[in-house]
Amino acid sequence: MTAQAPNLRSVRARRSFLESARRTLATAPWSAWFGMIVIVIYVIAAVFAPWLAPYGESDVVGKAYQPSGPEFWLGTDQIGRDLLSRLIYGARNTIGIAFLTTMLSFAIGGTLGVLTAHRRGWLDQLVSRVVDAFLAIPVLIFALMLLAVAGKSIINLILILALLDSTRVFRLARATALNVVVMDYVEAAKLRGEGMGWIIFKEVLPNILPPLITEFGLRFCFVFLTIAALSFLGVGIQPPTADWGSMVAESKTLITFPVRTFPWIPAPFYPAIAIALLTVAINFVVDWFLHKTSGLRDEK
Amino acid sequence: MNETQNKLNAALGQAVRGRITRREFTQLALASGVSLAAANSMFTKAYADEPKKGGNFKVGVGHGATTDSMDPGLYPDQFTGTALWGTLANSLTEIDADGNVVGDVAESFESSDGAKKWVFKVRNGITFHNGRTVTADDVIASLQHHLGENSKSAAKSLLKEVATMKADGPNTVVFELTGGNADFPYTVSDYHMPIMPKNPDGTVDWQSGIRTGAYKLDKFDPGVQASFSKNENYYKTGKGWFDSVQFLSIKDAAARTNALLSGEVHYMDRCDLKTLDQLKASPDITVSEITGYGHYIYVMNVTQKPFDDVNVRTAIKYSMPRDEILEKVFLGHGTVGNDNPIAPTVKFAIDPTPKHSYDPAMAKEYLKKAGLESLAFDLSVADAAFAGAVDSAILWKEKAKACGIDINVIKEPEDGYWDNVWLKKPFVASYWSGRPTVDWMMTTAYAADASWNDTFWKNPKFNELLVAARSESDEAKRAAMYAEMQQILHDDGGLVNMLFNSYVEAHAKNLGHGKVAANWQLDGMRVAERWWFTS
Amino acid sequence: MHPVLKTVLQRLGLGLLTLFVVSVLIFASLEMLPGGFAEAILGQGATPETVAAFNKQIGLDRPAAVRYVEWIWNILHGDFGYSYAGMGGSIKRSVSDLIAPRLYNTFFLAIMTAIVAVPLSLFLGIMAALYRNSWYDRTVNAVTLTTIATPEFFIAYLLMFFLAIKAKWFPTLSTVSESTTLLEHLWRAGLPAITLTLVIVAHMMRMTRAALINLLASPYMEMAQLKGVPRREAIVKHALPNAWAPIATVIAFNLAYLVVGVVVVEVVFVYPGIGQLMVDAVSSRDMPVVQACALIFAATYILLNLSADVVSIITNPRLLHPK
Repeated sequence: MTAQAPNLRSVRARRSFLESARRTLATAPWSAWFGMIVIVIYVIAAVFAPWLAPYGESDVVGKAYQPSGPEFWLGTDQIGRDLLSRLIYGARNTIGIAFLTTMLSFAIGGTLGVLTAHRRGWLDQLVSRVVDAFLAIPVLIFALMLLAVAGKSIINLILILALLDSTRVFRLARATALNVVVMDYVEAAKLRGEGMGWIIFKEVLPNILPPLITEFGLRFCFVFLTIAALSFLGVGIQPPTADWGSMVAESKTLITFPVRTFPWIPAPFYPAIAIALLTVAINFVVDWFLHKTSGLRDEK
Repeated sequence: MNETQNKLNAALGQAVRGRITRREFTQLALASGVSLAAANSMFTKAYADEPKKGGNFKVGVGHGATTDSMDPGLYPDQFTGTALWGTLANSLTEIDADGNVVGDVAESFESSDGAKKWVFKVRNGITFHNGRTVTADDVIASLQHHLGENSKSAAKSLLKEVATMKADGPNTVVFELTGGNADFPYTVSDYHMPIMPKNPDGTVDWQSGIRTGAYKLDKFDPGVQASFSKNENYYKTGKGWFDSVQFLSIKDAAARTNALLSGEVHYMDRCDLKTLDQLKASPDITVSEITGYGHYIYVMNVTQKPFDDVNVRTAIKYSMPRDEILEKVFLGHGTVGNDNPIAPTVKFAIDPTPKHSYDPAMAKEYLKKAGLESLAFDLSVADAAFAGAVDSAILWKEKAKACGIDINVIKEPEDGYWDNVWLKKPFVASYWSGRPTVDWMMTTAYAADASWNDTFWKNPKFNELLVAARSESDEAKRAAMYAEMQQILHDDGGLVNMLFNSYVEAHAKNLGHGKVAANWQLDGMRVAERWWFTS
Repeated sequence: MHPVLKTVLQRLGLGLLTLFVVSVLIFASLEMLPGGFAEAILGQGATPETVAAFNKQIGLDRPAAVRYVEWIWNILHGDFGYSYAGMGGSIKRSVSDLIAPRLYNTFFLAIMTAIVAVPLSLFLGIMAALYRNSWYDRTVNAVTLTTIATPEFFIAYLLMFFLAIKAKWFPTLSTVSESTTLLEHLWRAGLPAITLTLVIVAHMMRMTRAALINLLASPYMEMAQLKGVPRREAIVKHALPNAWAPIATVIAFNLAYLVVGVVVVEVVFVYPGIGQLMVDAVSSRDMPVVQACALIFAATYILLNLSADVVSIITNPRLLHPK
């Protein structure tokens, strides 16, 4: 995400990449900085998990539900695994899965959406009908069924979620692109005899990017929420793989006992906070990007 | 017991029946030299012990599905079992709180011909909810419902040994079995076999919900709730205290707990063990824990490699950290198993030696005997088998590494677990609610021809003993036979009995009850009949 | 014919086609699912004989194609068939009877939530676009983001803890039946409705804001500004009408979600809606019920999207009056 912003600016301003990156970052508001810092920390945690985590991903190292202490900074989970280590490995799995799923769904849904909006005709009708049929079936239930048919590996989970998500991306991309393709500048380009690729990439895509980017931020976060919901219903990621959504679902019964009890068991709260923090961070950056690309110059 | 105490007890009885007031009782107690606090607690306790009529009793049950049916042959679990059998109906016999079989719809029963012939006398004057008297024909029609070629009943294989059923007069039913079975009265106490009214065409009316039990069915919404009102003509005196009873299906443990805490239900089953301490701390809630016959197990197919080698099986049995699993996953709520499916409280149960507990040295020794340096296999699990199956397997995997055993834990879909995994995959998690007799348990799951022989284990000596013990009338000889069978299963079988689980349930403090039965959850599934409100 | 009317008729026809595709898709997936209804319902008690007996009784021993054609034929005659669950004996439970009360509950909850959530998110979104980058914008953003970034059941349990157990304003169980009065139904469905509102407001509000901000740089907005039109008026009068298309799409998504996606909330609050019925039906392979639910969901979805499309066309003169 952070890499895309300067790229687009450089197209417009024709500055060198580094120069424009420096200029762009200098104008970033505090919320965007906060978001970027959080994302960088998460990415570092994800990439260097084996070196950062004090214990292994699934090593049973203590008693169940030990409180925080010098040995286990955040305490232990239901069978005595170190929570901090699982959170760090969870960053790797959760972000990895969510990123792959979202990229895949945007690649499929975005491309098809813009293409069909531009071409209309039978292709539009065909894809729209198939997508409508997919969309019309509830995600959770369809995911449950497909997972039962295909088998529950992480690859299948990514493919199925990406497929189901791409239908939603398609709808949005097509709806926004429909508004753009009737614009005069697109018609002008058509009259000029520009190729379809040129029109899509130079005329349509830049103008529908802001809502798509906003959607990307949300979709990305929805992936872990869907995984959490699947875990809640009893399917999801294979244990002992650490994944934040599943970690919240595993200790769901502790949620309603947070305040009254001693010792306080925070097991479901750490992964929930981790998810919330990342979502807020990503969307702060997205908002800033949206603001930049909207071309508004009148404000801060 | 001395005289003062006798007097006090008598006074207490009077107080409870409302003949003397609490104040009068306290004065009497104080006069007898009992402290005020002790007198108060005596009074409160006695008061709670004395059953009272009335109230609307609501139970939150962790089962129930929209596919549930009134057909007793298809009752899948505690929701239908407790509501549509324990509250609504009676079987021929019943298991009492001490685990003995006693008559229910049958007043008495006796056997002859080496337990091959059984005669059950139907209780005099017992009526259905519509006022009709129960006869021997109703009993036969009710049991016949589970037999026949097209039967889908879960009780079909339990009744397989019944050769003929005949009515001998309006009140007598005679069963001829294909082989002797001293435990036959236990079999017909099962919750799939309530007594129902016979239709004129010979079939049985299971649809209407007209039964013989302490409560009449008002409304049944499958997967949501079942509500009942009191049957004023119930044949048992001193049972069925509530005015009305409602069972709610609340599958989510946290929702169930919250419903109990906020007073929307008075009783819940299957407490979440992780939050049990917090629940116990609540002033209005009592948590009860009963060790029953149920057990959580992992079963391997002994006809498949590598489990066809008894040394491999023994090595695996030594690699499981049962104590640690009990402590961590089940937070101590249960008793560790020793690869014997017969619970310690069942008659004729033994504790086989050597005890199978976590021992990497022994595990490695047995691996060596099998000619192996290390061992790797897949273990299929899902929490559909039992809550905690996945966590237990992961913990086992971690600890088995030290024994040179590499367990690849596969989390299977909960959905369809019993179709696609159990009896299909070579090594799976499973459970049994247990059975109150050795014969019943062994016949169900370990006999060579058992339809649920999930270990595919066929031991000739074991099966010989099983048949012989059924018709053995000498108690000591029978005990010796059962002991030998349990030992053989422990040494040779494909069963890893991790632990006997406890039924952990919770209820509002203002509920009173007698001794709680251990054969099923929810006081033998008859909580609505046996419990009462104290205030 | 008026272009809008023409589009609506065209879309309705296509909707029927979509329904057909959905029914094939669902039927095929169910056929591919391992295990069958008999095994699922008999659980650990399934033996080959009992399974065979069961399948024969409910007609599952016939080829899939035959069953599909028969089912479609009955649907066309308004007969959704009978649930497998009641097929054991003489009393059959018709799918319509099974679904009707639950469908009512689901729509009740969805409408209740929508009445609160849609105006609220539009208001918050317009305000956020108006005062973008102010403390208000950022606070609303952060709060709504946090609510969608948290798993639904997490929010549900927290609300239950604070509003039902601590404050006792709402019951912990949302069980309702036909005899429940309207007021009590509203009260009992309160917590699920609040949970769902929190879940969907963020998405709709953010799309509203994004769509509006996207338009702020358009020449006509600059023109309005140069003319001296107040910002508030410029946004509401000039930007909003052009932003309806994406907003309507997102609202349609979220309303459809309210009908079909609330399984988790239903489980937590024990609300007898249709989501739970469908999950149960999927896991027990009760095909007539799954099929009927899927068709109803699909129809809801198609109608909502049709409305979104109509909004897009009406608010865009270029689409309304094609050259």
